[in-house]
Amino acid sequence: MTDPDPDLLLHATGLTKTFGSFTAVDGIDFAVERGESFGFLGPNGAGKSSTMKMVGCVSPVTGGQLRVFGQDPATHGPQIRARLGVVPQKDTLDEELSVEENLWIYGRYFGLSQSEVRARTTELLDFAQLTDRAKSTVEPLSGGMKRRLTIARSLISRPEILLLDEPTTGLDPQARHVLWDRLFRLKRSGVTLVLTTHYMDEAEQLCDRLVVMDHGKIVAQGSPRSLITRYSTREVLELRFDTDDHAQHGEAIAGIGERIEVLPDRLLVYTEDGDVAAAEVHLRGVRPMSALVRRSTLEDVFLHLTGRTLVD
Amino acid sequence: MSASVSTAHPPTPAAWRAVFGSWVTAYKRTWRGSIFGRFLSPLMFLLSLGLGLGSLVDKSTGGVDGVPYLQFVVPGILAAQSMWVAMGESTYPVMGAIRWNAKYHAMLATPVGIDDVLLGHLIYVAMQITGATAIFIGVAAMFGSFGSWWVLLCLPITVLTGMAFAVPIFAFSAKQETDSGFNILFRFIMTPLFLFSGIFFPVSQLPVFMRPIAWVMPLWHGVQANRSLALGSPDFTAIAGHTAYLLVVIAVGGWLARRAFTRRLVV
Repeated sequence: MTDPDPDLLLHATGLTKTFGSFTAVDGIDFAVERGESFGFLGPNGAGKSSTMKMVGCVSPVTGGQLRVFGQDPATHGPQIRARLGVVPQKDTLDEELSVEENLWIYGRYFGLSQSEVRARTTELLDFAQLTDRAKSTVEPLSGGMKRRLTIARSLISRPEILLLDEPTTGLDPQARHVLWDRLFRLKRSGVTLVLTTHYMDEAEQLCDRLVVMDHGKIVAQGSPRSLITRYSTREVLELRFDTDDHAQHGEAIAGIGERIEVLPDRLLVYTEDGDVAAAEVHLRGVRPMSALVRRSTLEDVFLHLTGRTLVD
Repeated sequence: MSASVSTAHPPTPAAWRAVFGSWVTAYKRTWRGSIFGRFLSPLMFLLSLGLGLGSLVDKSTGGVDGVPYLQFVVPGILAAQSMWVAMGESTYPVMGAIRWNAKYHAMLATPVGIDDVLLGHLIYVAMQITGATAIFIGVAAMFGSFGSWWVLLCLPITVLTGMAFAVPIFAFSAKQETDSGFNILFRFIMTPLFLFSGIFFPVSQLPVFMRPIAWVMPLWHGVQANRSLALGSPDFTAIAGHTAYLLVVIAVGGWLARRAFTRRLVV
C-alpha cells in the first residue's frame, strides 16, 4: 500500500474515530503535502486532538483509511513515529529532570547515539532560547519556556512532520509571538507543520491551508484568505449597545451591509466597507455604545458556518 | 479497540533500554536517600526482631525447630522487604506515569511501543529490588544471620519474589483512577501477608483454614526457598517448585499488565 507520491505525507479518507457510542471524528478527508503548513481549526471537542492522535499513531483508527508517509499506522506505527515530531496539547516533560536531561532521554527513545543526542541538544537549546537554562530542572520554568522545550524535544530526531496540538493555548501574548517566530523558522527550513488551534490569529499566521472542523466533521477548507473571501465580507462593523438583548437592535439596522449576525454581547454587520455601514447606522438614528470597524477573520468564517463563536 | 494497535509490536532492545535509561536518569536525582533507606531497613529489623525478640525466643524455647530465631526470621524478612520495595516501585510511579506526568505518553509518541514501556520499567524495578536485596544480605551477614554460603542464591529467589508482586501490581496500578486503591492493597493484602506468610513463625502454627492463603500468595514461596537456602540445608526439589510458582505468577501478571497498559494507553 505504498503511496506513489513521496511528497504526499498525510492522506486520510473517511477517517473515523469513535469512543463507545460517541463519534469524535466523523469520516473526514484531508491530504497534506511536504513543506506545507496545515491546520485544523475548531472549537474544543471538534475532533481535532483525536485526529492528531491518529496521525501520531498513538490512537488506533476506528474507520476509514489513513496513510502517513504512505504507510498504514496499524502496521507501521514505530516506523512512522520515528519520522514524526509530536508536541502534545499538555506538556509531557519530566519536571524533575533538567532541561537537557529531558532532551537526552527523549533522543534515546529514537535510538539515537549518546553523542548524537548531546550534539543535537546543544543546537536545539539554542534554537529554543534555553541554553542558559540547560541545567535547570523543568518544574520552575515558565509556561512559554516549557512549550519551547517541548518543541525542542520533538525536533531531536529531525522529524519530517511536526504535529502541534494547540501549541500556544494558555500562553501569554508575548510567549505566543516568540513561539510563532520559532515555528516560522522551522517552516522555512522545510519542516511540514500540522497543527490544531482554536485561535483564529494563530491559524492565519501559521497555516498555508486549513480545514475548519465542527462536531467531528470538516465544514470548510482552503487557505485562510480564501476562506474569508468565500464565507465572509472584507470588513465587519461591530456594534455594542447598553442593553441585555442585542436582538432588538438588530431590527433597527436590518438591511445594512450584506448580512447581520446577532451575538449575546454585540451585533456584527458584514460589509465591504465598514465606515459606510457605520454612517448608515448613524443616519437611521441608531446610537450604539461603541462601533468598531475591523477586517474579517476566520472567527467570522466559523461563525457563519456554524452559528457559534469558536472560543466561548 | 482495534486488535492491530499501532503501538503493539515486539519489544526492541534499543527501545526498552531507552525506557530503562530514562528511569535510571530520574533515579540519579534521588539515589542517595534511597540507598540510605536500603541500609537502614535491614538494620532495624535485625536489631528489633533478630537480636531483641530473638534472644527472648531462644532463651525460652531454644529457637524455632532448633534454629536460632535470628537465622529463622532473617531469610523471611529478606523476602518481605522485596515485596515492600516492589510495592513502592510499582504503585505511585506507574500511576504517575499514566495520570500525572504522562511519562508513558511521552514515550509512546516515539518509536517506543507498549511492550518496550512495560519491559523497560519492569527491568528498572528489578534493578531496584536487586540492589535492596544485595544490601540486605550484606548487612544481615555481618550480624551472623546466615548459616551457609547458599544464601547467595537467595538473591535471585528474592528478586523473583519481588517481581511476583511488582508485575501484577503494575496491572493493578494501571487500572486505578485514584490512589485510594493503594491503601487497600497496603492494608488488606501486604500487611496480612507480611504477618502470616511464615516469616515470624511457621505457617503450621496458623489455623488450618488460613494456611492455603499463605500458600497461594507469592511471599510464602519466597520465604520458604530463602530459609531453606540460608540455613544451609537446601531442599532443591522444593526450591524448584517455589521458583516455578513465582515464575508462573510473574507470567500471568505480565499478561495482565500488558492488557491493562494497552487499555489505558492505547485509546
